[in-house]
Amino acid sequence: MSVVLEQIFQVGFLAAIIRIATPLAFATLGEMFSERAGVLNLGIEGIMLLSAMTGFTATSLSGSLWLGVLAAVLTGALMGAVHALFTVALGLSQHVCGIGVTLFSSGLAYFLYRLIFGQQSVPPSIKSFETLPIPVLSDIPVLGPAVFNQFSLVYMAMAAVPLAAFVLYRTPWGLSVRMVGENPRAADSAGVGVIATRFQAVMLGGALMGLAGAFLSMVQFNAFTFGLVSGRGWVAIALVVFGRWDPWRSAGAALLFAFVDALQLRMQASGLGHIPYEAFLMLPFIFTIVAMAVMSRNAVAPSALLKPFRREER
Amino acid sequence: MENGKSKMQSKREGLSRRNVLELGALGLAAAMLPGSALAQDKKLKVAAIFATPTEEPWVHQIHVALQRAEKELGIEYKWSEKVQTADFSRVMREYAQGGYELVLGDAFAAERESRRTAKQFPKVAFLFGSGAGPAEPNFAVFDNWIHEPAYLSGLIAGKMSKSGTIGAVAAMGIPEVNRLVNAFFAGAREVNPDIKRKVAFIGSFFDPPKAKEAAIAQIDAGVDVIYAERFGVIEAAVERKILAISNMSDQSSLGPDTVITGPVWDMYPTVEHAIKLVKAGVFTAQDYGDFSRMAKGGSFLAPYHKFDKTLPADVKELVEKKKAEILDGNFRVNVDEDTPVSD
Repeated sequence: MSVVLEQIFQVGFLAAIIRIATPLAFATLGEMFSERAGVLNLGIEGIMLLSAMTGFTATSLSGSLWLGVLAAVLTGALMGAVHALFTVALGLSQHVCGIGVTLFSSGLAYFLYRLIFGQQSVPPSIKSFETLPIPVLSDIPVLGPAVFNQFSLVYMAMAAVPLAAFVLYRTPWGLSVRMVGENPRAADSAGVGVIATRFQAVMLGGALMGLAGAFLSMVQFNAFTFGLVSGRGWVAIALVVFGRWDPWRSAGAALLFAFVDALQLRMQASGLGHIPYEAFLMLPFIFTIVAMAVMSRNAVAPSALLKPFRREER
Repeated sequence: MENGKSKMQSKREGLSRRNVLELGALGLAAAMLPGSALAQDKKLKVAAIFATPTEEPWVHQIHVALQRAEKELGIEYKWSEKVQTADFSRVMREYAQGGYELVLGDAFAAERESRRTAKQFPKVAFLFGSGAGPAEPNFAVFDNWIHEPAYLSGLIAGKMSKSGTIGAVAAMGIPEVNRLVNAFFAGAREVNPDIKRKVAFIGSFFDPPKAKEAAIAQIDAGVDVIYAERFGVIEAAVERKILAISNMSDQSSLGPDTVITGPVWDMYPTVEHAIKLVKAGVFTAQDYGDFSRMAKGGSFLAPYHKFDKTLPADVKELVEKKKAEILDGNFRVNVDEDTPVSD
């Protein structure tokens, strides 16, 4: 047990938690915005993958990392618009369209990747982001090197959480988003453009998912490969429920998941070897499910989630 | 009208994931074919069915061997990738009925289905990557028996580790993976009986960010030479400036100052042998696994590249000596398929 405790108080461990949590936090915030407006986006897994691909490709071709990030964000927003077109404008099943977006985006990602890069034994790579220590703050013992010697996209994620909370709870647009997610008919009579607001929320969500994808292919790793996202999008959907559709709680859920994931990787290396490795791999999922069952029992989903809005319909 | 409708349909279907990939494969095949398409004499038709896209390293080695055979042995080669287990038999049948005389692939996800289907086409030769045995009359098997160069890599790792702790990050505890990791550790133990071993599994074949995190966790725990069974590990080694051993193909380009060497799988001897037998009409159901061994050229240690100058002479000598013993048949690397655990 002392081996495990020793691991927990390491700088490397704290830094790993934050690295693992960042793409989850972006994706979870993205899904949260979409769901707060009443649109479940199961396209998240594919949107992350496609954005990871376009971000990597843009960087690989242009040499500019930030251009890659921009490409990923735009890809995410565009795929969000595609999802919104089907689910919001046409009012089709959000489950079916979401799965469709995921299948289409992943297929497109692999297809375009192969068209551009061909099939190579070793995947082509880019020079990924480097850490950017924040002066003074990064000198704080333990916390400094772990939290303030990170990548710029990590700082963006840290800023995105309070920003998302501010936008959602303190701006007129955020109020509209919450209204169209709870009671679109009332919002409509109050003069809020339900279709437009939902479109915007799903696109903003897509853009955030795009950032999550960019983080995977350009920060945490330096190449695009098959299976790069590996279910992180699905995890984010669960984390939104765990986080009770709240930005702060959602980010907390992402951190908790990352904590257990980083811990299990370290436990595998720490010589508690007689426990089968599958047990370690299961930990983050079990922990999240249990925590969700205990802490989010009273969670109430946005009332209009999954319900398309048609003005003339009762 | 009828025609126009079906065209529309096929266009719509073209959006599904597998078809998009198949389209890509077709386009690629078309781009590679023109030279060989001209020769009109009867060529042996060879097909391959892969459960994953050909970017997957294991499948990639089979794919490149067949592409080489296409150039050097004058065969016609077609392939289907990302074939789900439920579709596996159907694709096998399509090739068997389409005049293909040799069908290769990886049967791990469809062991029973593929054997059952093969029986229905006794005149077609089937050669599949498999964890099980061959099946009469026409279902032969192969696998990545590259534990010999993995052992040699272990010798180097054991010698090069200063901290006395080496690591391996692998996919999951299946025999194909376990025997490589165990051979690697066995090599390291051979030169340093006190060496500490760390092993981590990521639970999937492809998740580079997770593999990288697992590697970083091991490096934090003192590992200074790491076996990159999966993609993602070498990047961690490069970042933390430790040494790495690659896997499956020569991956020195991912970190010229990091990757010393690593086991490489070459499927060409297997493919070449099978094609010869089919051409001669004497193909039989048997285990072709030995054609992946070093003595047959089916696996080898990747070139040292930059490390050719820096690797100590005694280490190189030791590797050459063991290599000679393996090639002479005087030393057999133990096949240990138990799931390895960390010390």
